[in-house]
Amino acid sequence: MSFDIAISRRLGSRDIALTLVADAGLTVLFGPSGAGKTSVLNMVAGLLTPDSGHVRVDGVTLFDATGRIDVPPDRRRIGYVFQDGRLFPHLRVRANLLYGWRLAQPADRWIGLDAVVAFLGIGDLLDRWPRSLSGGEAQRVAIGRALLSGARTLLMDEPLASLDAGRRGEVMTVIERVRDELGLPILYVTHDRREAERLATRMVAMG
Amino acid sequence: MLTAEEWAIVALSLRVSGVAMAVTLPLAFALAYLLARGRFPGRSLVDAVVHLPLVLPPVVTGWLLLLAFGRNGPVGGWLESAFGVSVIFRWTGAAIAAGIMALPLMVRAIRLSIDAVDRRLEGAARTLGAGRWRTFATITLPLCWPGVLAGLVLGFARSIGEFGATITFVSNIPDETRTLPIAIYTALQIPGNDGAVWRLAGISVALSLAALVLSEWLVRHGRDGQDGRAGHVL
Repeated sequence: MSFDIAISRRLGSRDIALTLVADAGLTVLFGPSGAGKTSVLNMVAGLLTPDSGHVRVDGVTLFDATGRIDVPPDRRRIGYVFQDGRLFPHLRVRANLLYGWRLAQPADRWIGLDAVVAFLGIGDLLDRWPRSLSGGEAQRVAIGRALLSGARTLLMDEPLASLDAGRRGEVMTVIERVRDELGLPILYVTHDRREAERLATRMVAMG
Repeated sequence: MLTAEEWAIVALSLRVSGVAMAVTLPLAFALAYLLARGRFPGRSLVDAVVHLPLVLPPVVTGWLLLLAFGRNGPVGGWLESAFGVSVIFRWTGAAIAAGIMALPLMVRAIRLSIDAVDRRLEGAARTLGAGRWRTFATITLPLCWPGVLAGLVLGFARSIGEFGATITFVSNIPDETRTLPIAIYTALQIPGNDGAVWRLAGISVALSLAALVLSEWLVRHGRDGQDGRAGHVL
């Protein structure tokens, strides 16, 4: 199983709970805003600690409340693509891309800078500052940065939400190619049904 | 243009402020980080104590320093017995006074810049394989560095102009604690000494301006146009 997740967490007055078992491909976590979808991704990434349950990715236990396992986010090898890209503003595109690659164990680097640049068509952007990128360009760089960190799986949190219609198609094509050509399991959060139906290998409703 | 005596005053002032900044900057950063990010009981008390030198009359701060660092004071007694050092009437004492007076301004500037760092960027760095310390060193610190520089400039300007706490704490001793402002004050006490006052005041203005220009230059070159606008320190 690519994802084996059973988690719950109380955030303020809300209870966020999800049980999900999914194989390779792109799993869409679908639901209205405020259902706690982003919190689920944060718990899978290790940025938020669940109150109970477990998180297993590719057979590796990353979190288990009963076994007191809680692998820190920097050792989970999970690439996270955020809604707003979250490129580091003080680093050029090249340094952003290589940020995780430099930190990865050599054995974990399954793809190199040249391959990622060619795959995403971002060769012209390498010397640019993040602030000068369009939303679509920034999102492609963010995907490249996640791939280069040696990630085994990807989390995507509404990666198209802040893009205009034209850019959405462009980034969606890239995501389909990551899903099909690289074969990386993806857990994808959205509240947009059309987007979900186009990209999903399977859908999980939440909230 | 300047007499040897005046050069000695400038050199002493720079030494006092330089040492004060070198010691105070790490302390100010640690306090700013603690106040910006820490959640612990007594946080508002720490905040208040850090800000005291900003609101107290400097003469009171100087007197409190005298109590603390005097031979019978808690810190002074310990320095005397452990290292055989005393800072009273010494330039090191002037540096302590300068550092203490500059501390709140530095903490405020640095804290603002730490608050302004987008913590979600730190989360992104963690998922890319950076541990806490590496995230701090490669993301947090570079992003708040203009604020650190601003704090340093403010602190330096404050310390080079420090008068009240210094004269109360370590008095007015030529070549030891007679820094630029105290030298100006001393010159003013002598009738018909306007020339010396003008020159010392001129040096004072020039030093402050130089610090400001240097910091603007550092920010501009440090950021290398990363976001297409020149950074302003203050």
